[in-house]
Amino acid sequence: MLGKLSWAAIPFNEPIPMAASLMIIVGVLGVLGLISWKGWWPYLWREWLTSVDHKRIGVMYLLLALVLLLRGFIDAIMMRSQLAIAAGGAQGYLPPEHYDQIFSAHGTIMIFFMAMPFMVGLMNFVVPLQLGVRDVAFPVLNSISFWLTATGALLVNVSLVVGEFARTGWLAYPPLSELQFSPGVGVDYYLWALQISGIGTLLAGINMVTTILKLRAPGMTYMRMPVFCWTALCSSMLIVAAFPVLTATFGMLLLDRYVGMHFFTNDGGGNFMMYINLIWIWGHPEVYILVLPAFGVFSEVIATFSGKQLFGYRSMVLATLAICVLSFMVWLHHFFTMGAGADVNAVFGIMSMIIAIPTGVKLFNWLFTLYRGRIRFEVPVLWAIGFMVTFAIGGMTGVLQAVPPADFVLHNSLFLVAHFHNVIIGAVVFGAMAGYYYWFPKAFGFTLDRRLGMVSFWCWLIGFYLAFMPLYVLGLLGMTRRMQHYADVSWQPYLIVAEVGAIVILCGIVATIAQLIVSIRTRERRRDRSGDPWNGRTLEWSTTSPPPAYNFAVMPQVQSLDAFWVIKQRGPVAPPARYDSIEVPKNSPNGFVTAFFAVITGFALIWHIWWMAILGLACAALTLFAFGWMERPETRISGEQLATAERARLQSMDPAP
Amino acid sequence: MARGGEGPAPVRIVVAYGFWIFLLSDIIMFSALFATYAVLSGQTDGGPSAHKLFELRHVGIETLCLLFSSYTCGLGILAVGRGHMRGFYLCFALTFVLGAAFLGLELSEFVGMVAHGAGPSRSAFLSAFFSLVGLHGAHVTAGLTWLTFMVAQTAVRGPRDFVRRRLLCFSLFWHALDIIWVALLTLVYLMGAR
Repeated sequence: MLGKLSWAAIPFNEPIPMAASLMIIVGVLGVLGLISWKGWWPYLWREWLTSVDHKRIGVMYLLLALVLLLRGFIDAIMMRSQLAIAAGGAQGYLPPEHYDQIFSAHGTIMIFFMAMPFMVGLMNFVVPLQLGVRDVAFPVLNSISFWLTATGALLVNVSLVVGEFARTGWLAYPPLSELQFSPGVGVDYYLWALQISGIGTLLAGINMVTTILKLRAPGMTYMRMPVFCWTALCSSMLIVAAFPVLTATFGMLLLDRYVGMHFFTNDGGGNFMMYINLIWIWGHPEVYILVLPAFGVFSEVIATFSGKQLFGYRSMVLATLAICVLSFMVWLHHFFTMGAGADVNAVFGIMSMIIAIPTGVKLFNWLFTLYRGRIRFEVPVLWAIGFMVTFAIGGMTGVLQAVPPADFVLHNSLFLVAHFHNVIIGAVVFGAMAGYYYWFPKAFGFTLDRRLGMVSFWCWLIGFYLAFMPLYVLGLLGMTRRMQHYADVSWQPYLIVAEVGAIVILCGIVATIAQLIVSIRTRERRRDRSGDPWNGRTLEWSTTSPPPAYNFAVMPQVQSLDAFWVIKQRGPVAPPARYDSIEVPKNSPNGFVTAFFAVITGFALIWHIWWMAILGLACAALTLFAFGWMERPETRISGEQLATAERARLQSMDPAP
Repeated sequence: MARGGEGPAPVRIVVAYGFWIFLLSDIIMFSALFATYAVLSGQTDGGPSAHKLFELRHVGIETLCLLFSSYTCGLGILAVGRGHMRGFYLCFALTFVLGAAFLGLELSEFVGMVAHGAGPSRSAFLSAFFSLVGLHGAHVTAGLTWLTFMVAQTAVRGPRDFVRRRLLCFSLFWHALDIIWVALLTLVYLMGAR
């Protein structure tokens, strides 16, 4: 009746997971209770859960990312604390089977449920505004994408309370992840959570590509698109090209585990290196899916706060496209040790080094934009400068590892761990934080607290160096990754420094949370009435903060790059005499309901509760059919209604400072 | 006006364009399975090989069914465009029958193989074979469901704009399955039966 599910799935006898479970349950019940007590459900349902507005969906993506950042960071600091004490004969406080789940969950959550939603959320919020249009190409599909991503995040966190998570590392390499060696439900949690959220990501990518290529304001030619839109386009094209490979690969592993096939098993003619190849054909483009939008954020931030047009716009676009293509030609550098031979390794080594060229072009473009600019040292600029320094170091250690003989020494060592944290934190997280601060006033109509933003930045920057520079040294000393304890006590001082670094980063996260709370409480003082708090250059700053549901009452006419900057130079624009009616999509519970059934289906499949899986899948399909029966509902806003709304909106607006 | 500066495209274009991109992503998913099949097709683990299992006559009839169903699907879309609704229903009924025949033939092939001890868990080669061909079959099944839905929707709602857009997407999907089948026929059956 309930498949593999029984009371034994709840970790009653393990204090740490039990305490964490209790914390999660109390937290979730607390939030739900507060919403019920305050009577917020109708508002939440109407304005957020069923919203198909790209801005609302973007904000929900960001919220998801920030919550999951906390979860992933708790995993991180638990690992650092374990390694700070588990030297010599000591075993620390985390038993190996628990430690293995933590490092697997940390990687999975940070990449799939922190970095991905953060970047997809920023793209969702910003791209239609920058393109000067009213929404993405498929608004309801956008909502479905978000809720499927949230489904995956939920399933990963359910694994903490019911059952276990994978102990296989964040990419679940076979044969370890095969049924023979991982008979529990951990790997199944991993696979189903990522399959479901992966579909959401793929649909989001298709939506974004269609939006950018087919929906742009009149006059916005390709070479007048803001750089962030270019990076969003390239990142989304990579999603469309890479995520299907991930789906196929996980599908094959699922077939191995569920119906006894032999794709990646040791017996029956299976070949587990096939999995490693396939997963990295997705996995290397994935790092560029994450980092390209971050590059876009830095381009916008640096141009805005230098008061200059971006240096070398064309070369920036070309470099982005070059990275987009090259990212598919380097996957083998993740496993030079496979033994493909010197010639194959040489090709992939050279290809990996070549990617450094377009990336270098970008770095110089940013530097030349800053050069002789009137730089305002706002928080996003600090993140951008911190990124340039940190990313240059991470990039160099990357080029170092692109040399196959060096990689044979460094493979699977902490040097590698330090390298990818160096680039992912230094570029993706810094970019996410810069974008969060930069576009927050656009989303909510008030700025974030500057001082706490500074505190957050310096804590993250210093904490990062303290936490990861020692890992480079440890890697060279021979310490491998994923060790629960170690015999060599001479490593311990480095790991204690790394622990201190993690604590400093914790201070940065606390400062970010405090910043949000303080800013909300003092929001009346920090209202942005101009819609353009940073003296921006692109079209998102031409509308109010927050923008109306329809973004632009009249679609802007684009005449050049940095469209809004040029419009501002020409002086104030009189509002039009009359408005044409417009159509905006109506809310739809389609995404939320589909995701609800996806949760049920995923959970049932993980625990082999077949009747429930079939029921959940049937209900999800029926939901899609039922909504598909109707025409896409739209509300019409007449010209007069629009004129009244616009008058009220423009009156609340102050002229730009 | 310079390239790409015409403003937002009409809904018909946007929908078809988005669906094309979805089809491309679907083809990429198939390509991962094709690559796996290419790597694993020799790994029979002492079990039956492609040479012994495939019957080209059977596969030939399957192929004819699927290709003709694409032809009738195309005729159906043309009929809608001209407002010949009876022609549309006839063509889509034929498409359904041919698609179902294809699926029936494929299932009979699978059942026969399993009965001879050549099921998907016998060897890596058979795992790859059943998954690749089965994934295509699953797409055809989904297509038949969608076809039924679209015929019902056209009957009830009439050939309105949004119904026409969806019919166009369906026909794109159905033709894409043909393209994948042609690759499958060549790489799996024709090269395997040699």
